[in-house]
Amino acid sequence: MSRSLMKDGRPRSPFSIVTMTILVILWTIPTLGLLVTSFRTRDDAAGSGWWTALFNPFGASWTTSNYAGAWTGSDLSSGFINSIVVAIPATVIPIMFAAFAAYAFTFMEFPFKEFFFLLIIAVMVVPIQVAFQPMLNVLGPRGLGISGQYIAVWLLHTGFGMPLCIYVLRNYMSTLPRSVVESAKIDGCSHFQTFWRLVAPMSIPAIAAFATLQFLWVWNDLLIAKLFLKSENTTVIVKLQQLLGTQGQGQELLTAGAFISIIIPMIVFVTLQRFMIRGMTSGAVKG
Amino acid sequence: MTADTSAAAPRQRLRAGDDPDAHLRTNPAKVAIGIVGMVVVVWGLANLFLAFGYYPQWFGNKFVIGVLAIVGGVGGAALLFYFLNMFVEGLPRRLSEGLIPYAFILPGLLLVGLMLIYPTFQTINYSFANADSTAYVGLQNYKTIFGSSEFWQSIVNNILWLLIVPALVVAFGVIVAVLADKLSATGEKVAKSLIFLPMAISAVGASAIWLLVYAYNNPGQAQTGLLNAIWTGLGGDPQTWLALDTAKLNSILLMVILIWLQAGFAMVLLSSAIKGVPEDTIEAARIDGAGELQIFWQVVIPQIKGTIITVFVTVFITVLKVFDIVYVTTNGAYGTNVIANLFFNKLFAASEAGQATAIVVVLLIAVIPLIWYQIKHFRDEEAGR
Repeated sequence: MSRSLMKDGRPRSPFSIVTMTILVILWTIPTLGLLVTSFRTRDDAAGSGWWTALFNPFGASWTTSNYAGAWTGSDLSSGFINSIVVAIPATVIPIMFAAFAAYAFTFMEFPFKEFFFLLIIAVMVVPIQVAFQPMLNVLGPRGLGISGQYIAVWLLHTGFGMPLCIYVLRNYMSTLPRSVVESAKIDGCSHFQTFWRLVAPMSIPAIAAFATLQFLWVWNDLLIAKLFLKSENTTVIVKLQQLLGTQGQGQELLTAGAFISIIIPMIVFVTLQRFMIRGMTSGAVKG
Repeated sequence: MTADTSAAAPRQRLRAGDDPDAHLRTNPAKVAIGIVGMVVVVWGLANLFLAFGYYPQWFGNKFVIGVLAIVGGVGGAALLFYFLNMFVEGLPRRLSEGLIPYAFILPGLLLVGLMLIYPTFQTINYSFANADSTAYVGLQNYKTIFGSSEFWQSIVNNILWLLIVPALVVAFGVIVAVLADKLSATGEKVAKSLIFLPMAISAVGASAIWLLVYAYNNPGQAQTGLLNAIWTGLGGDPQTWLALDTAKLNSILLMVILIWLQAGFAMVLLSSAIKGVPEDTIEAARIDGAGELQIFWQVVIPQIKGTIITVFVTVFITVLKVFDIVYVTTNGAYGTNVIANLFFNKLFAASEAGQATAIVVVLLIAVIPLIWYQIKHFRDEEAGR
């Protein structure tokens, strides 16, 4: 029974190592396939599996023209820019409104407090599909007439993100020491000052967690962008979905297009992962 | 008598601070500035944001609009709360103490009310109206959808998704979390990051990735899809997998995409729960002679049950609303339709708002038990805080 030990003194588990290696390979292969295919020429990609190019990298013909083609030819560049313009305000704006509400729910006592908070929890579960037809009327030509513009989508994402944001921030704020807020009050700070100078800065980790989740959600959203943005304002995800519908001509651009749409959320995800994990494990779960 | 009043006065003064009268009376300047400030901020913001909608050409380019929206949105919200706070503070203290909490929650709640609560009731209302929500038609929409086989097929598929996906996601999450815990620190980090990574990928992107795996080429040609390459390698004929509804195989292949996307999320939550299981409970079981499997089932699982349920419910809610994957890959063809996709096609392609909203009402009824569960869960958690 002489099992080798790891650096930290625990025994090595060959079963875990083998199973996890298999699982990680299974989980990575589909994405790897896309990445490899996106650099292959049209004829190569249609004539053999992507893995053959990987086994024989010098015999295969590699190209970056799919990326150039998708970026300019399929107009993913404008979708990409639209995604940025849509996602950043839609991530930032809800935070401000939610933070004040979360502060009140955490540090203040008032009648119907529980009722309002339970309302927030309930709407977290309500499918956003309920909003589409009424909001198409409110924002569309029958109402304000701003459907199709960025502002419509910012507004919707702000509203839809609000319950989760309030919930996450409130959960986090309730772990902050109450004595800090109480002593600020004794020192004569108004609630506005206490929020601004103490609670908001202390809540940065939770704000970062929510911001990451919301950014991914907005960037990756198809439904809202498709229904509420006109075609010149539409996001890279909608452009990709339209590319997926085309057959034959231009199909080699699809894999490159998919990668273009994935790259930004992936960078955000990898950089802010630790905030997100902390936020998630403290109860930030999207309904 | 005089002694009594003189004794009471300082006590009152102590309680109320340095200047008791200022808090008891209305401060008209503060109230006025607060009201004017709020009106100006709301008016300015409304105009700015409507201008984004009506006259986007004024602003030159998209980035200017984006930057102005962030500055306007965040700065405007801050200013709004500042004036709201000033207004409420200008009121007599008893009134202001009572009002401030509502002032803080009001803007957020108004947004939730406008985007989620009002539409919920309006959707129920529209479900009794015609295709463009202009006249009531009674129960006609419900009769139409309940009479269509497409609807019942979607319900069956949704149930199938709900039975399979959340359970498998949780199972995968537990397995990965437990096994990763036994790897070296570096190994664990790398393995978990790679399995977590799909969470950053959109359902549309994931569909593009998996359509490549499920790709079909005519027999005799080289198979470029991984699944068909393996299948033909084993001696089978190439299959158009997503058109193959024998035993709902195509639906199951679509579920694989969602499981692939969600497993990382489950793993992260479950992994942190497993790391929170006290080492001495495991040690004690080991001393009592329990095997690794026994420890897992009888010591670890009971202690992470809460997290398992949370993850299950969250994935369950996601699956209930599954749309993108089905829409992008088959758009409901070959017997793969689901409720959310049926809704979207009724609303978007068929312009049947009445039937579309009736479908949402069905979905809404399906989530009622979940709302009840979430509220109960929250109450339990608060009680344990």
